[in-house]
Amino acid sequence: MINWANLVSQMFNGLVLGALLALISSGLTIIYGTLGVLNLAHGAMFMLGGYAGYVAYTYTDSFLLAVIAGSLFVMVVGVVMERVVIRHFYGRPDEDQLLVTFGLGICFVEVVRLLFGSLSLTVPPPKAFAGITSLGFMFYPTYRLWLVAIIAAALLVLFLILYRTRIGMIVRAGIEDSLMVSSLGINVYRVFMVVFGIGAMAAGFAGIINAPVVSLTPDMGEAILVQTFVVVVIGGVGSFPGAILGGLIAGEIISITSMINPGYAYVMLFAAMTLVLLLRPHGLLGAQSRG
Amino acid sequence: MSNELTGKSSLLDVSRRRLLQASAGLAGGMMLPSFPMSALAADQPPLGTWPAGSQGDTVYIGSTSPRTGTYAVQGEDEIKGAELAVEHLNTAHDLVKQLSPKTKKGVLGKQVKLLVADSAAKPNQAVQAQQRFITENKIVLMTGSTSSAVAVALNKLAQREKVLYVAQISGSNDTTGKDCVRYGFRQCFFGEMAANAIGPVVVKAFGKNKKAAYLTPDYTYGHTTTASVEKYLKSQGWTTVTNQVSPLGAPDYSSYLLNVANSGADVLINVNWGHDCVLSTQQAKQFGVLDKMKLVVPYQVPFLARETGGLMEDVYAATDYWWTIEDKFPLAKLFNAAFEKKYGYKPEWGAENAYMGIVHWARMVEDAGTFYPPDVIKAWEKSGTIPSLVGDVHYRPEDHQCVRPVIIVKGKKKADMKNKEDWYDIVDIVPGDGVIQKPDAFGCKLGDYT
Repeated sequence: MINWANLVSQMFNGLVLGALLALISSGLTIIYGTLGVLNLAHGAMFMLGGYAGYVAYTYTDSFLLAVIAGSLFVMVVGVVMERVVIRHFYGRPDEDQLLVTFGLGICFVEVVRLLFGSLSLTVPPPKAFAGITSLGFMFYPTYRLWLVAIIAAALLVLFLILYRTRIGMIVRAGIEDSLMVSSLGINVYRVFMVVFGIGAMAAGFAGIINAPVVSLTPDMGEAILVQTFVVVVIGGVGSFPGAILGGLIAGEIISITSMINPGYAYVMLFAAMTLVLLLRPHGLLGAQSRG
Repeated sequence: MSNELTGKSSLLDVSRRRLLQASAGLAGGMMLPSFPMSALAADQPPLGTWPAGSQGDTVYIGSTSPRTGTYAVQGEDEIKGAELAVEHLNTAHDLVKQLSPKTKKGVLGKQVKLLVADSAAKPNQAVQAQQRFITENKIVLMTGSTSSAVAVALNKLAQREKVLYVAQISGSNDTTGKDCVRYGFRQCFFGEMAANAIGPVVVKAFGKNKKAAYLTPDYTYGHTTTASVEKYLKSQGWTTVTNQVSPLGAPDYSSYLLNVANSGADVLINVNWGHDCVLSTQQAKQFGVLDKMKLVVPYQVPFLARETGGLMEDVYAATDYWWTIEDKFPLAKLFNAAFEKKYGYKPEWGAENAYMGIVHWARMVEDAGTFYPPDVIKAWEKSGTIPSLVGDVHYRPEDHQCVRPVIIVKGKKKADMKNKEDWYDIVDIVPGDGVIQKPDAFGCKLGDYT
C-alpha cells in the first residue's frame, strides 16, 4: 500500500483537510485567546454557515451569494450571541461558560433540525469548479483544489486583520493581557463583540465553503468541533499561527496514518495531542504569558 | 444510575442527556397510575418490572432510537414504525389481527404507550434512558437500536434487569451471536444473512476472482458484516485489496477514498451506515471512485437512494424490506398503505422492522396470556411459523433470531423510476433458511429465564 504516489496523494489530501481545520480553529482560538471563553457552540456555527448558505443557494442559485450569506449570517448570530448571552458570563467560572455555549450549540442544532429535518442536504460546487482534475500522480476533486486557495485567501485576510489593523493590535494585546488593555482606556467589551463576530464568521465561512464537499446535517459540527479542539491544543491556545500549524499537522496525521492503518487515523491524532500536552503544555506556538 | 455496562460518559454529554431523559421521564411519570403489588394473583415472585409494570390499564414500551447523530434519519424511521405498531395494537387494526390473531385492542386488554428517548446511537445513553424507563415507568418491553453497539448493550441490560428487549435495526452477527441473551429477540436480517444472500448476486453480476475494497465502520456491526461478506466472496476467488476502517460519524472520507482509489479494486463494498454511508458514497463519487469501480451496499440504509440522489443507480444492496414487494405480499400492502396514510411517504425497512418486532412481541404475550417474561420468552421460543410482512417466518429458540427472507435490490435508473419513491428493482427475495448460519456458529449462549 505504501508507495510514493500514494504517499504524495495522502500528503496533499492532508494539506486540504488541514487547511479547513486551520480555518475553523483560527476562529475558535482567537475567541478563546481574547475573551477567555471556550466556545462549545463553534461546531454549531460551522453547521449554521452551511445551512444559511444552502438557503441562499436555493433562492439565488449563486454559490458566491451563498458564501456571503452563510458568513454574514453566522457573524450576526455570533454578535447577537455575544451581546445577549456571552457577555454575562465573562466574570463567571469556566464551567458556566462551557455549559452556556454547549447549551446554545444544542439549541442551534435542534432549531435547524426542526426547520430542515435530519435528512442531509447538498450544495453543489460552482460549475467551473466541478469535476475531477488529474494531478499526474493522482486524480483529485477540482473543488477541493480550489478549497485550498479559497482557505489560504481567507486566512490571509484574517492575518491582515489581526496583524495589520488597529483592532487586530488590540486583539493581540488582549490575548497577552486584557486587564492592561482595558486600563489603557480601550473599550474591551466592544472589541470582544467584534472578535466574537469575526471568530463566528470564520466558522460560518468554513461551513458554507465546505458544503459542496460534504452533505449538510444538523450534527455536522459535532465531529468537527472535537478535531478543532485538538488542533487548538496542538497549535497553542489563543495563537492564530498555532491554529494554522496545528490544522496542517492534524490533517497530515489523519491522512498519512490512514494510509498505513486507517483504523488508527484518529487515535494518532489524539496521541499527538497528548504528546504536545506532555512536552509543550502551552502548545507548539502558544503564548506562555497569558493568565 | 448504573453505568457498569458502558463506563462513564463524558461531562459534556450530561446536560443534553439529562434534559431529554428528564422530560421523557416526567411525561411518563405523570401518566403512571399506582397499584398495589398484590393486585395480580400469581404464583411467581416478582421479576424485573413484573408484575408492577402490567397491573394498571396501560403498559409502557421504552424506545431508544437515535434522533440525533449519524443514524438520526434511520432512528426517526424506527420511531415511526414503533408508533404505528402501538397505534395498530391499541385499535386492533386489521393488519395486527392478521399478524397476531388473539389481539383485541391493546395487549392482553391493556393500552400500550410508547416512551421515546434519544440514544444518539450511543450505548451508554441508551442504557441510561432504558434504566430510567424501567425504574420510573416499569416498562414491559425495551426496543430501539440502529446501532448494534446499542443493541448489544441493551441485550445485556435486558438480561440483567429481566425486561424483554426487541432489537430494531442491528446488523451485527453478535446481537444474536456471541452477545445473544435469553431476554433479547431480533426480527431483522444481519451481516451474515446479508453476505450469503447478496454474495451470489454480486458474483453473478461481476464474475469470480475479483478484487474488492471495503469501507468498514469501526464497531461490532462493521467488523462482523465485513468479515461475513469477505468470507463469502473469498470462497468465490475474490481478494480483499484494502479494508478502510473508520470511526462512526467521521466528518470526511477523503483519505480513505484515496487509498481505495489507489488500491486497484474492481468493486467497492460500502459497509458504512446511516449518514456515514451517504457521505462516503457522495465523496466516492467526487473522487472518481464510482466511475472506476462498482459499488455494493451489503446492508442497505433507509433513505440512502434519496439522500445520495442518483448514486445508487445500478447498485446492488441487501435489505429487510422494500415497499414494492407489496405485489407479492398482501400484508406488506396493508402496511404500506397504513404507513403512507399516517406519514405521507412509503415506509423503509427501519419502520417495517420496528413494526414487526413490536407486533411479534404482542403476539407472544397474547399467546402466553401473561406479561411474565419467562412465559413470554417460552411462548416465543415455541411459536413456530408465524406471519410477517414478508411472508411466513420463524424465530429460532437457540438464538432468538428471526429466520426471514433477505430482499436483494438494485438501484433503478432515473428514467425507469415510476414515481419519486421507486428507487429500487427487486432482484431476488432470498429465503432465510438458506443464508443463515447454524445457531451456535457465532457462540450464542442464551442464559437463564429467571
